[in-house]
Amino acid sequence: MAVQRSITEGAEPMAATSPASKAKVAARDVNVFYSEKHALKNVSVDIPEKGVMAFIGPSGCGKSTFLRCINRMNDTIPGCRVTGKVEIDKEDIYDPKLDVVQLRARVGMVFQKPNPFPKSVFENVAYGPRIHGLANSKSELEEIVVASLKRAGLFEEVKDRLRDSGTSLSGGQQQRLCIARAIAVAPEIILMDEPCSALDPIATAKIEELMEELIQSYTIVIVTHSMQQAARVSQRTAFFHLGNLVEEGPTEAIFNNPKERRTQDYITGRFG
Amino acid sequence: MAAEAFPIPTSGGRSGLTARAIVAKGIRRRYAAELRFRAYGIAAILFGLAFLVILFTNIVSKGYTSFQQSAFRLDVYLDPEVIDPSGKYDENARQMVDYGELAAAALIKALKVDPQSRPDTRAVGALLSQNADIDIRDHMLKHPADIGKTISVWALAHGNVDSAVKGALDREVPEARRKLSDKQLAWIDRAVAEGLLQKRFNTGLFTFGASSQPETAGIGVALVGSAFMMLTVLLLAVPFGVAAAMYLQEFAPRNRWTDLIEVNINNLAAVPSIVFGILGLAIFINFAGLPRSASIVGGLVLALMTLPTVIIATRAAIGAVPPSIREAALGVGASKMQTVTHHVLPLAFPGILTGTIIGLAKALGETAPLLMIGMVAFVVEYPKSPLDPATALPVQIYMWATAAERGFVERTSGATIILLVFLVAMNLFAVVLRRRFERRW
Repeated sequence: MAVQRSITEGAEPMAATSPASKAKVAARDVNVFYSEKHALKNVSVDIPEKGVMAFIGPSGCGKSTFLRCINRMNDTIPGCRVTGKVEIDKEDIYDPKLDVVQLRARVGMVFQKPNPFPKSVFENVAYGPRIHGLANSKSELEEIVVASLKRAGLFEEVKDRLRDSGTSLSGGQQQRLCIARAIAVAPEIILMDEPCSALDPIATAKIEELMEELIQSYTIVIVTHSMQQAARVSQRTAFFHLGNLVEEGPTEAIFNNPKERRTQDYITGRFG
Repeated sequence: MAAEAFPIPTSGGRSGLTARAIVAKGIRRRYAAELRFRAYGIAAILFGLAFLVILFTNIVSKGYTSFQQSAFRLDVYLDPEVIDPSGKYDENARQMVDYGELAAAALIKALKVDPQSRPDTRAVGALLSQNADIDIRDHMLKHPADIGKTISVWALAHGNVDSAVKGALDREVPEARRKLSDKQLAWIDRAVAEGLLQKRFNTGLFTFGASSQPETAGIGVALVGSAFMMLTVLLLAVPFGVAAAMYLQEFAPRNRWTDLIEVNINNLAAVPSIVFGILGLAIFINFAGLPRSASIVGGLVLALMTLPTVIIATRAAIGAVPPSIREAALGVGASKMQTVTHHVLPLAFPGILTGTIIGLAKALGETAPLLMIGMVAFVVEYPKSPLDPATALPVQIYMWATAAERGFVERTSGATIILLVFLVAMNLFAVVLRRRFERRW
């Protein structure tokens, strides 16, 4: 019987991690092909638990592709092939016996352009718990929805408009609604694919604030174009370039003391 | 770097025209060309509209008279000698009585014609329709106690009388070749003047079945037949069409086989309808042995014809749903099937509905395949089930168009008007629905 994971889990302080210990997600020699195009070349990286890991790099370098490997969203792209091993909590997620639907309930995703369902705010958040059977009664479902909205920092703004359409909210609110929707199924990992690129600076700041609270309960992986954002929110950073993982390490080290020439060039703005 | 001289001089002063002057010179020519183009467009529209106006005027002018039918207002004496000579009340016997005789007697009295003169009484009898007795029989059977009383009823006039009243009968033709004699015409004119003969709203047009006489013919059977067929099309073409489109669009792999299927479906939508009729004849009637002229066979054939239209419209509607919605649903852990049924289909629904209504409207007007499967029958009684013989509205129009009597000419156009009203209403409904459900993602 699946244990009902409560989304009101207590906070666990994030420990200083070394690459090998407490890796939530471990990737080894991951290659991704879009038909003939070799998009990702032999990427190996460990993503530690309960923290924010940022993927940076110029456009088309493969960071979003790698992100989508973690919840197997690349499966939906025809002609896409993934080789190598990706393990979450030491389970190979590309095992043919693994149920993709369950995986995606453990690994949530927030997309670049906010995409709430064209349903009410309540329904948007309630859909996930409902299909996974996480609530046994209407009141439990309401509890989950309210708690998710609170965690996403949206509840105060929408508590009078739960029946309004999700698409009637502002851009920043819609993105927070998408975060609430992802949180509602009690995931362990949240993937964010450039979540603030379509938002104004104030909305962006709100979401970055939110991330600081979320790391107490979730592992977050964020793909971002903005190096300042990566520097602000992440504890570890990985730099991708032309399908290769060039360098990876604590954010401080990557930005102040990069080992690779390419990393140095990207950070100082020579390209990308 | 020294700037190279630009090929078109921009500042004037010396010889040669500046760019500004060149543009100014050509501007009038450009505007003239634009005006001409707009004029062509408007002319084309007016041309099309003109034909539309001519078409509608033609049909309406020929058909509007069919919505009225002449009838005599008679005071009919319910003669016990005729109805119940034996004095016993026998319901079956009463049904068999020739009530037309009573109607004729009433008319003879009203026209003040000598009841003893055989030629005269026969001439008067010819003024009545063979169905003139309907109302009298109905009254007698509902109120058996009224025997011996005089009741006021409307008795349907004969088709020739109706034509004369509507001015469609050519009075210049010599009497020997006319349908109505001079004496009959004189009676008719007098009856109209006295209010004895009037034009009433022709409810029979909508309720009667097929008949050899125009005044007793109507589209009732055709309407019921068409309704059965539309129901069959709706129940068969829509579920199969939507399911097939869903599979092809969402689940099927993209390979040569699915491409082949897609090409075939698009071609099927363009196949001439009579080919479907031949198919229906071969499979449903000859092989499966379904009854000829039954609306179920017509419905099956039309459903086959409408299927490609529904599939194409549904695929377009499903394809118009943005992929971001699918990604959002999959990202939250919905399965493929849940994504399609909970999110994609509800959003595609307006497009599916519009396509279905347009497909149904097209099927309503189809004639050729129905001719092949034998729905050209002369059906008098209403079909009680889709297995009974029936006909369809466009087929009924076709049958009346080939009939000889004057009354059928106006009925052909009248039924055409009714069919056009249905078609316009259905298409309008589809447009209204599409507007109402227009979504912004």
